[in-house]
Amino acid sequence: MSENHRHNAPESDIALRVKAMEQLLTEKGIVDPAAIDLVVDYYETRVGPRNGARVVARAWSDPAYHERLMQDATAAIAELGFSGLQGEDMVVLENTPEVHNVVVCTLCSCYPWPVLGLPPTWYKSPPYRARIVREPRKVLAEFGMDVGDDVEVRVWDSSAELRYMVLPMRPEGTDGLSEDELAARVTRDGMIGVAPV
Amino acid sequence: MDGIHDLGGMHGFGPVVREEDEPVFHHPWEKRAFGLEFFTGSRIGVTGDEGRHAIERLAPATYLTASYYEKWMLALQLLLEEHGVLTAEQIEQRMAELAENAHG
Repeated sequence: MSENHRHNAPESDIALRVKAMEQLLTEKGIVDPAAIDLVVDYYETRVGPRNGARVVARAWSDPAYHERLMQDATAAIAELGFSGLQGEDMVVLENTPEVHNVVVCTLCSCYPWPVLGLPPTWYKSPPYRARIVREPRKVLAEFGMDVGDDVEVRVWDSSAELRYMVLPMRPEGTDGLSEDELAARVTRDGMIGVAPV
Repeated sequence: MDGIHDLGGMHGFGPVVREEDEPVFHHPWEKRAFGLEFFTGSRIGVTGDEGRHAIERLAPATYLTASYYEKWMLALQLLLEEHGVLTAEQIEQRMAELAENAHG
């Protein structure tokens, strides 16, 4: 075992710092490592864009649900069992042939955890936060999404109080698909608004 | 606060770098950092607003160069010091001990 140990690269300053803080906070009874294990597992395996995809697929399939979603997104999303931290106040933005919506948090990393999970690194990165509000079409094109000149682009800046999710347009030729099949089509990037679905 | 965190519309940043099939966490320490952040604030009486403000108070150069979870932890350390929970010396000393044990 000590052989193994020796071959490991030395831990980085930040890895040591986090370990030291966890130990000290555990000794003070402020955190419980087992509880940390549980919450990490929850956000790694139980929460993610699959949740948001269920919401989108339901909205595409059920007009009454779609209406509830547009009127009170938080409640409609909770109907499917998704709620909680960083999703207390949700607004769903519907893409149409005339309007394309895209979401950012210019000040930090606000993101709708219950439906999309934890945000990808690029969403939290300075280039995305700086540029998507100044040159959204250019950034979208870099993501591989060309938005026509006749389509209005709306960029929504999330806040600590309000979280957005994009309802993409239902793809052509999906009339016969079940809700499960539709959900499988929906991507995280589609629900942020940086990719078509 | 008009700080470096207020990035919207700033010029000079390059392409948005994306990672294919990005994992939720990139290193084991990021998982622990997420958990520490998740629980500690409420246990020591720090509000979400105060937590965010602590990140915004990091030095601008640090803000732009540190990774996301690094920023969280540097801000958390600041709050632990300010709320009298831990001192920087205690953390540094424990880090030294951990490094020593790892090499022993």
